[in-house]
Amino acid sequence: MAKPRTTMIDGNEATASVAHRINDVCAIYPITPSSNMGEFADEWSARGRTNIWGTVPDVIEMQSEGGASAAVHGSLQAGALTTTFTASQGLLLMIPSMYKIAGELTSTVFHVSARTVATHALSIFGDHSDINAVRATGWGLLCSGSVQEAHDMACVSQMATLASRVPFVHFFDGFRTSHEVSKIELLEDDDLRALIDDDLVRAHRERALSPDHPVVRGTSQNPDTFFQAREAINGFYTACPQHVADAMQAFGKRTGRAYSLFDYVGAPDAERVIVLMGSGAEAVHEMVEHLTERGEKVGVVKVRLYRPFSVSHLMQALPKTTKRIAVLDRTKEPGAIAEPLHMDVVHALAEARSLGISPFATDPLVVGGRYGLSSKEFNDGMVKAVFDNLAAEAPRNHFTVGIVDDVTHLSLPVDDEFDSASDKVFRGVFFGLGADGTVGANKNSIKIIGEETDNFAQGYFVYDSKKAGAVTISHLRFGPKPIRSSYLIRKAKFVACHQWVFIEKLDMLAYAQPGATFLVNSPFGPDEIWDQLPLEVQQDIKAKKLKVYCIDATSVARDTGMGRRTNTIMQTCFFAISGILPREEAIEKIKQAIKKTYGAKGDEIVKLNYNAVDSTLANLFEVKVPEAITATVRRPPIVSEAAPKLVKRVTAMMIAGKGDLLPVSAFPPDGTWPTATTRWEKRNIAIDIPVWDEELCIQCNKCALVCPHAAIRAKVYAPAALAGAPATFKSVDYKAKDFEGQKYTIQVAPEDCTGCQICVRVCPAKDKSNPKHKALDMAPQMALREPERVNYDFFLGLPEVDRTALKLDVKGSQFLQPLFEYSGACEGCGETPYVKLLTQLFGDRALIGNATGCSSIYGGNLPTTPYAVDAAGRGPAWNNSLFEDTAEFTLGFRLAVDQTRERAVRLLKDLSSDLGDTLVGELIGADQSSETGIAAQRERVRALRDKLKGISKPAAGELAHMADYLVRKSVWGVGGDGWAYDIGYGGLDHVLATGRDVNLLVLDTGVYSNTGGQASKATPMAATAKFAMGGKAITKKDLGLMAMAYGHVYVAQVAFGAKDSQTVSAFLEAESYPGASIIIAYSHCIAHGYNLANGLDQQKAAVDSGFWPLYRFDPRRAAMGENPLKLDSKAPKASFEQFANAETRFRMLQKIDPERAKKLMGDAQRAVTARFNVYQQLAALTFSSDGDTDAN
Amino acid sequence: MDLTTHYLGLELVNPIVVGACPLGTSLDSIRALADGGASAIVLPSLFEEEIMAAARAALEIESAGAGFAEAGSYLPNPEGYHIGPGQYLAHLEAAKSAVKIPVIASLNGASAGGWTEYAKKMEAAGADAIELNTYLLPFDIDESGAEIEQRTVDIVAAVKGSVSIPVAAKLSPFFSSLPNLVKRLEGVGADGVVLFNRFYQPDVDIESLEVAPNLRLSTSDELRLRLRWLAVLSAQTKISLAATGGAHSAVDVIKAVMCGAHAVQMVSALLIHGPEHIGRTLEAMTFWLTDHEYASLAQMQGSLSLAKVENPKAFARANYMKMLDSWEM
Repeated sequence: MAKPRTTMIDGNEATASVAHRINDVCAIYPITPSSNMGEFADEWSARGRTNIWGTVPDVIEMQSEGGASAAVHGSLQAGALTTTFTASQGLLLMIPSMYKIAGELTSTVFHVSARTVATHALSIFGDHSDINAVRATGWGLLCSGSVQEAHDMACVSQMATLASRVPFVHFFDGFRTSHEVSKIELLEDDDLRALIDDDLVRAHRERALSPDHPVVRGTSQNPDTFFQAREAINGFYTACPQHVADAMQAFGKRTGRAYSLFDYVGAPDAERVIVLMGSGAEAVHEMVEHLTERGEKVGVVKVRLYRPFSVSHLMQALPKTTKRIAVLDRTKEPGAIAEPLHMDVVHALAEARSLGISPFATDPLVVGGRYGLSSKEFNDGMVKAVFDNLAAEAPRNHFTVGIVDDVTHLSLPVDDEFDSASDKVFRGVFFGLGADGTVGANKNSIKIIGEETDNFAQGYFVYDSKKAGAVTISHLRFGPKPIRSSYLIRKAKFVACHQWVFIEKLDMLAYAQPGATFLVNSPFGPDEIWDQLPLEVQQDIKAKKLKVYCIDATSVARDTGMGRRTNTIMQTCFFAISGILPREEAIEKIKQAIKKTYGAKGDEIVKLNYNAVDSTLANLFEVKVPEAITATVRRPPIVSEAAPKLVKRVTAMMIAGKGDLLPVSAFPPDGTWPTATTRWEKRNIAIDIPVWDEELCIQCNKCALVCPHAAIRAKVYAPAALAGAPATFKSVDYKAKDFEGQKYTIQVAPEDCTGCQICVRVCPAKDKSNPKHKALDMAPQMALREPERVNYDFFLGLPEVDRTALKLDVKGSQFLQPLFEYSGACEGCGETPYVKLLTQLFGDRALIGNATGCSSIYGGNLPTTPYAVDAAGRGPAWNNSLFEDTAEFTLGFRLAVDQTRERAVRLLKDLSSDLGDTLVGELIGADQSSETGIAAQRERVRALRDKLKGISKPAAGELAHMADYLVRKSVWGVGGDGWAYDIGYGGLDHVLATGRDVNLLVLDTGVYSNTGGQASKATPMAATAKFAMGGKAITKKDLGLMAMAYGHVYVAQVAFGAKDSQTVSAFLEAESYPGASIIIAYSHCIAHGYNLANGLDQQKAAVDSGFWPLYRFDPRRAAMGENPLKLDSKAPKASFEQFANAETRFRMLQKIDPERAKKLMGDAQRAVTARFNVYQQLAALTFSSDGDTDAN
Repeated sequence: MDLTTHYLGLELVNPIVVGACPLGTSLDSIRALADGGASAIVLPSLFEEEIMAAARAALEIESAGAGFAEAGSYLPNPEGYHIGPGQYLAHLEAAKSAVKIPVIASLNGASAGGWTEYAKKMEAAGADAIELNTYLLPFDIDESGAEIEQRTVDIVAAVKGSVSIPVAAKLSPFFSSLPNLVKRLEGVGADGVVLFNRFYQPDVDIESLEVAPNLRLSTSDELRLRLRWLAVLSAQTKISLAATGGAHSAVDVIKAVMCGAHAVQMVSALLIHGPEHIGRTLEAMTFWLTDHEYASLAQMQGSLSLAKVENPKAFARANYMKMLDSWEM
C-alpha cells in the first residue's frame, strides 16, 4: 500500500471532500457550523470538480432546511445520489422528510456537524441534542470523533446506506471537529471507487420513480394495513449493523484504518470503562493511555454506530472484566429516566442477559452523566474525574462534569490543576483580533507544521461573540504522536499577544506554563516595554520565568502596506523564536503558504505579504526582563464599580473569558436576563474617535441617527444642568426656535465607539476656510479616552428631553434616548441604525420578536445585550424564537397584548362605578397616536393605580396587574432578508394577511450576513455571493410589491443613507397604522465588499440608480381616495453599474467572467428600469374614495 | 494613396492610431476600430497603483468582520478572481489574436520593480510595443525639475533594459526643456515619445467645497500645443513621434504629420463619432493628398518641422511677440 497523502484540513472540509465526490446532488441551506460543507461543495462544483463518476454534482441552495430535505427526498426518489449538510434547528426542520426517506428505505447520508438545539438560549456550538432529536426517525446514526474519522465515516456511511437501504446521519461535533484543523490521510478517488459498490449505486438508481416503469409511493394507508406494513421494514434494521461492520472492514482493508461499531481502547482487563461518542471519546482515549501507562485498569468504548444500536457488538467491545461503566451523554433530556445513550447501555446489558449473550458473570454497575453541552470543555481533568467517580465506593449517577452545579449538586469535582499534557507536545496560544488576520495566519502555521514536518498537528480557534473588534484565540498543538486532545490548551509553551490593547484587558499569561515564551506586539521597544506592563503581567513574567519578545508589528504592517493585518509578521516571529524549523526554511515555508493562500488572487497580495515577512526579523527583539517589578498600574476592573450586582458577579466573569467558572446558581433557570448590559462592557476598540467642534456644528443630529452603536448622541437641556460639568465638556447655545434658550451637546462615548467614521462622513458642517475640518473629525482615542469618558458620564446624567415637546423628524428623533446601544455589530453596520431608531421612537413600549441572524446575535448574545431601559425603567422587551417563525412569533405578542388589554377594558368597565365613568371612558377611548397622547395615558394609568389601591374588589387587583396594557404597545418583528424573503416568508406573508397590528422590519443586506454571505432571494442580480458564485442571474424578489398586493398592508422601502427623513416618516407611519406593516430597510453590509465608512454613499447610489426606490404605501390614503403609494425617490439619475461598481460583490464577477458580468449588468439595468417604471405608474394611478382605480 | 508610416519601428498602414481609451476595453470595439481602419491600437493603461490598492483593499475586505465563529468570510471565493494584471494581460492576448494591426500596451507603474515587471508581462502577452504612461506630477516642493526628469529617464531606461519590444514614453508638456528630456530619453533607448498626456483636470464644487473629478473630451484647439513641439522635436531627434490630444479631423492629422508626427492618436473624436470616423478621416486625407498632388503621406512627413518651415521663429515665439514680428520684413 502506497503511503497515503496527508493534508491539514478541518472536519467540515474533510467531510465535504468525500460527500461531494460520491453524490450527484447536494441540496443545501446555510446553518452554523455546517455552512462550510455546503460552501465547499458549491465552490468545487462551480470550479467543475467532478464526482467519482465524472459528473459535476449539482449543488442547489434552498429556502430553508425543510426545503433542502424535501428537495433531497425528491432527488432521491428520482434516482440521484443526494446529500445535504446541516445541524441543530436545521436538522429538526428536516425531520418530517427524514421519516419519509427512512420509511421508503432510501439510501442517503446527511452530514451533520452536531450542534445544540436552542432551548433557554440559542447556541451555535456543539452537542448531541440535535442528533438525539432525530433518533426516532429510523435513520442510522454514525458518529465521528475526529477530523480523520469525519473524512472516513463520510465514506463508510455511504457504503452502509447503499448496502442496507437505511438512510444515515453521519455526525461529528460542531466546532470541535467541524472547525478543528488536523492532519489527516486523504481518501483518493480510487479509494472511493473501490469502496463504493457500483452495483448498489445502480440498485439505488433502479429504485427511482420513472414513467418508464411506474410505481407509486407515498400512499395513504389505513388502520387495516399501516401497522403491518411498518413492521415489514424490520429485517433491514436487523441487518443494518452488520452492513456497517462489513463496510468498516472493507474500509480498513483498503486504507489500513480499522473501525468497529464500538471501538474499545484501554487495558484488556479494565474494570472501569467510559462509554461515549464524538470528539470527547478522543479526550478519554488520551487519558486512558495516560492512566494505563500508570497501571490503571481503565478503558473507553467509542460508540460509532449509535443507531441501529447493536447490543451484541457492544457486548463484544466491553472487556469481560468490566465492573463499572460510566456512560457520558453530550445532551440533556429533562424529565427522562436517564440520558439516551445511558439508557441504551443499561438496556443493552439487560437485553444481553436475557438473550444469553452477556459476557459478564455479574453485570457491571452503570452510571450516566452529562458533559460538554454547547461545546463546554471536556478535558483530561474532567475525564479523570469521571474515572475517579467510578472508583468511588458508591459512584454518583446522573452526574454532570465540566461545570459546578451548586444547586442540584450533580457535578463531579474536577482537579483544575490536573494536567496530563505530554512534554513532547508543543502547545501555543495566540491572542488576536479578527481584523488582524491572526486566525488565518495560524491556520497557515499549523498547516506548515503538519504538512512540512513529520509532526501531527492540530489547530482550534476560539472567537468571542462580537462582530466588531472580535478577539480570537488560536490554540495550536503539534507533536510526534496523533493528537487526541479535543479540548483547549491550558498550559502553553508559547503565548502570543497580537494586540497591545489585550495587555490591560486579558489574563493571557494564565495560559503560560513556567519557562514559556511570551511574544508581544508592542508599540514600545525592548527597553521601554517592561515599564508599560501592568503589575499582574510583570508578576507573572517573573514568577513563571518567562522569556519575552517584542515587535512593533502594527508599525511594520502599516509601513509595508498591510494595513491592520499584523498576521504574517507575528507568524514570522513565531517561527523565528520557536525554532520549529530552521529560520530560513521557516520563512521560505511561510512564503510558500502565502503563495498558496493568495497566489490565485494575484502576485500583488503575495508581494505585500512577502514584504511584511521580510521586514519582520529586523524589528523583533528579545526583552531583557529586569530584576525589579516596576509596574505602578494594575489591570483595570472588568466592569465599573457602579454596575449592578448581577453584572459584577456574573457578566464580568463572562467578559473576562472566565464564564466557565460560573456555577449553576449564577444563572436564571429560564433564560431570562436583565436588559441594558452592554453599557457595562467598555471595549475600547476604536483607534480614532470623532471629536465635536461645537462652533461649526449646525445641530442637524444626523451623526446620532447614522451611528450604528449609539456611541454619539445629542441632547438639548436647560443651561442650569451644566452645573458641575467637567472642564472639557462641550456645550453650545441651541440654535433653533423649538428649544430656544437651551443648551446643546453632541457627545461621543469614547469607550463604546468602534471608530467606523460614518458620523464624520454624514456631517454636513464644514469649516469654510478649511473644508477638511468638519464639525466632526476623527482623532486618536487613546488621548481622549479619559477626559471623554468623564464627559460622557456627565452627558448621560443630563436630563432626557421631554418626549412630548419634540417634533419627530430626523433631528427631533435623535434627542430621544436610544434604547439599543453599544451592540457587538460590525463597525459601520448598516442594520443597527434602524433598530436604534425603532427603540428611540417606540422602545419604551415595544415588544420585539427577532429572527435568528445578525440582529439576534448583536441583539442578544451574551455576555452583554444592547437593548436598554430609560430612566423610568421602560425599554424594549426582546426575544429571539427561531429563524423561520419570527412573524408568527411576533403576531403572538400582538394577540396576547390585545387579549390582555381586552381583559383590562372589561375590568375597567366592571369597576367603572368605583373608578368613575370619566376616567374609565378616557382610559378606554384615549387617543394614543402621539407622544402627548401616550404620556397622558400613562398619567391616567398612574391615576388608575392610585384609585385601585383603595378598592378592595378582586377585580381591582387583577386590573392593577394589567393596567400597563392600557398604554398602547408597539409590536415589532425584526430580522434579515434570509428570514423575510426565504425561510420565514410563508409566515411573514400570513401575518401580513391577518391585518393585525404587527410591524415587521426587514433589515435587507441582500445576503445571509450572519453565516457569511450566502445568496438569498434578496440578493441583487449580477452580484456574486456564496451559492451564487457565478453572479445571481435572477432579479431580487420584490417583497414590497408582493406585500402591497394585499392592499391593506402598510409597506415602506427605506434607505437612511439616501433619505433619512423618509426613513423616520416610514417608521412613524408604520407604527401608527393600525394593521400590519412592513418596512424593508436597505442595509449596507461587509458582505458587499467595501469599506463601510462609504456605506451612506452606497445607499445613496443604490437609490440614485433606481435599484432601491424609496416609497411608502399607506392604505389609509386609499381610504381617503388618494393613491396609497408615494414614490419618495426620483427617477434614476445614474446607472445600475455606477452603483454596482463600487462593491466587490459585483466587481468580482467582472473579474472572473467579464462577458457574463456584462450580460448580467445589462439584464440588471433593464430589470431596475422596468421595476422603477412599474412603481412610477403605480404611484401615478388615480384612486377614488370608493376604491375604484383609474389609470392617470 | 500610400499612407504608410513608420512608428516605433512598426510599419503602419496609415498614421491613425487609437489612443488609450475605454474603446480598448472590449474586443468588439477593438475589432470595429481595426475594421474601421485604425493602423494600431493603444490599450488603456494598466495602473500598478490601482492594482496595489485593490490588493490592499482585498486584504481589508478579508479582515472586515473576520474573527466571528459563524463565518470565516463574507464573500465567495470563485476561481479566477484575480486582482493582479491577469485580466489586462489576457485582454491584451485576446486583442492580439482578434486583430491583425499592432496592439500597443500602456503602462503606468508605481514602483521601480513594477514598471519592469509589468512591461515584461506585457511583452510576454504579445504586445507589439509599450507606451509608458509616465505620470509624474511634481507635488513635492522639495523635488526639483531635474529629479522628475531623471525619474522619467530612469523608468524608460529600466523598461528598455528589460524588454526587447519598442518602448514609447507618453509625456506631459510641463517640462522646462522638453527637447533636452527627449534627447536624454532617446539616449537611453526610447523608441518614441507621445505628445502629450491629457491630464484629467479636476474641477471644484463651490457648494460642497469638494474637488469634483471630471473628464472632458479634447477639441481640435488642443492640437496646437502638440504641433509646436512636434515641429521642434522632429527637427532635432530621430525617434518616433506621436501626437495625442486634439486630432479630430483629416486636417488635424495632416497638420500633425506635417509637423513631424509619425503617428497620430485619436480618442475623443472616436468616442464622439464612433470607429467609423477613422474611415471617413482616411478618406478625407486621401482626397486632400490627391487633390494637393501628394504622392504619399511620407512626402509631407515633417515638412513643417522647425528645420524645414519657412519661418521657424513663428513656432519659437510666444503670442505677444507676433505684433513685433509683423514689422520684421
